[in-house]
Amino acid sequence: MSITQVNGGRPDEMVHAENIIKRFGDLTVLNGVDLSVKRKEVVVIIGPSGSGKTTLLRCINHLEKIDGGRIFVDGQMVGYREVNGRVVEDSEGAIARKRSQIGFVFQRFNLFPHKTALENVIEAPIHVLRQSRAEVTERAMGLLGKVGLIEKANVYPHKLSGGQQQRVAIARALAMNPKLMLFDEATSALDPELVGEVLKVMRQLAEEGMTMVVVTHEMGFAREAADHVIFMDKGVIVEQGLPEQIFDHTENERTRGFLGMIL
Amino acid sequence: MFRWDIFFHFLYQDPNLFFLRAAWTTLWISVAAQSIGVLLGLFLALMRMSRFRWLTWPAGAYIWFFRGSPLLVQVLLLWNGLPRVIQNPAFLLPDWACVLVAFSLNEGAYMAEITRAGISSVDPGQLEAARSLGMRYSLAMRRIVLPQAARVIIPPLGNEFNNMLKTTSIASVIGLFELTHATDLLGAPTFTVFELLILATLYYLVITTLWGFVQNWIEKRLDPNRNTKDLIEKKGWTGRMLGFGSRTGGTLVSGR
Repeated sequence: MSITQVNGGRPDEMVHAENIIKRFGDLTVLNGVDLSVKRKEVVVIIGPSGSGKTTLLRCINHLEKIDGGRIFVDGQMVGYREVNGRVVEDSEGAIARKRSQIGFVFQRFNLFPHKTALENVIEAPIHVLRQSRAEVTERAMGLLGKVGLIEKANVYPHKLSGGQQQRVAIARALAMNPKLMLFDEATSALDPELVGEVLKVMRQLAEEGMTMVVVTHEMGFAREAADHVIFMDKGVIVEQGLPEQIFDHTENERTRGFLGMIL
Repeated sequence: MFRWDIFFHFLYQDPNLFFLRAAWTTLWISVAAQSIGVLLGLFLALMRMSRFRWLTWPAGAYIWFFRGSPLLVQVLLLWNGLPRVIQNPAFLLPDWACVLVAFSLNEGAYMAEITRAGISSVDPGQLEAARSLGMRYSLAMRRIVLPQAARVIIPPLGNEFNNMLKTTSIASVIGLFELTHATDLLGAPTFTVFELLILATLYYLVITTLWGFVQNWIEKRLDPNRNTKDLIEKKGWTGRMLGFGSRTGGTLVSGR
């Protein structure tokens, strides 16, 4: 029996996805999506709800299985491997290892409510990466400082505002030293006045050269921070390109329709 | 005529400490059966919630059997059935072991349902967040999901244990020397079973009351607000879990 880790994508690509098909029952949510994210690039995915953008993001770290196609992160296939030439789902350990290199920020934060902000951040580095508590704690305090929450280190999530919770969630993902950060509508569950503080952290990350794939409804962020904008609708990529191209010079009816409604 | 002399004799003058020993049997059988039941219940709950039919089905059948038949009958089945199956008397279970096995197996079925409800009460986003950080299922369960489920599991678990302390009286039918059987054994010769039943009731009340204090203490320790010095928002167990007596709602129900 030969078990092979499948490699793919170009060396300058962090994410390379080919012809992704994803179905939920009879509903085809992703219908042949190709995606290429270069290293240090910020790709923003926009589109109406139900367009498949969140599902695409969740497929990248295998929170969703795919029904067709291949996804590579940093050259290695995610979630699957080849056994005797057939593609099968990877072992739990292998999937977990890949996920540990990919940060994911959820719309609803999903902080661990039984742990303080600091404990949320140090949990995975200690128990997944098996790093020393002292070292991790020091780094975690640095990250909490970076997201502006050093004084909230010992506070439980239910005492934090939504914006503060989301910033802790970002610090928690960064504590794993990820190669890639995925943001799933990170500001959609926030009160309007709290959106700015989270976007600021995301902008800062982008400026520092973090590779990011961002699903968002914040068109201002997309226009300013994105290197590349993708417009999705009904499970396919309708149009993609530079922000100016999508926002100011699009010829596409569907893109125009969507932007007309949202802007 | 109430025989106070017998009552007081067994209350504090008995050199053999029969009732204290009987109470000890009641207590340790309860603790042991409950502990095994909790562990068994955890495994059964995880089996029941598994994706695999070959795990869910046996767990379901187990729970169906043990919740669907009387504990008394289960004890008797084991007590009377084992000698039929095992011919060699050297391998037969003593009375206490029979009781312990039957009680543990029975409690496992009830704890399985309580544990399953506890795990289901945890937001699925918690497991997703844990997995997105590279945790395997077992680690995510242990570090993230079960500690949160525990807050939901522990109040009914306390009630289960309270029940268990009293249900051990069933062991008297196969002659195990616990509190209920002690009244019969020590009272019958002098026709003072009634006096000793009163004494046994006192013992049961003392044990369950003490357990009530322990339960309160455990539930306070689980309070996530314990570590914060904010006393204004300090909520009780019910307040935090279900939103009783608080305007903000419970942490688990409102998801905050």
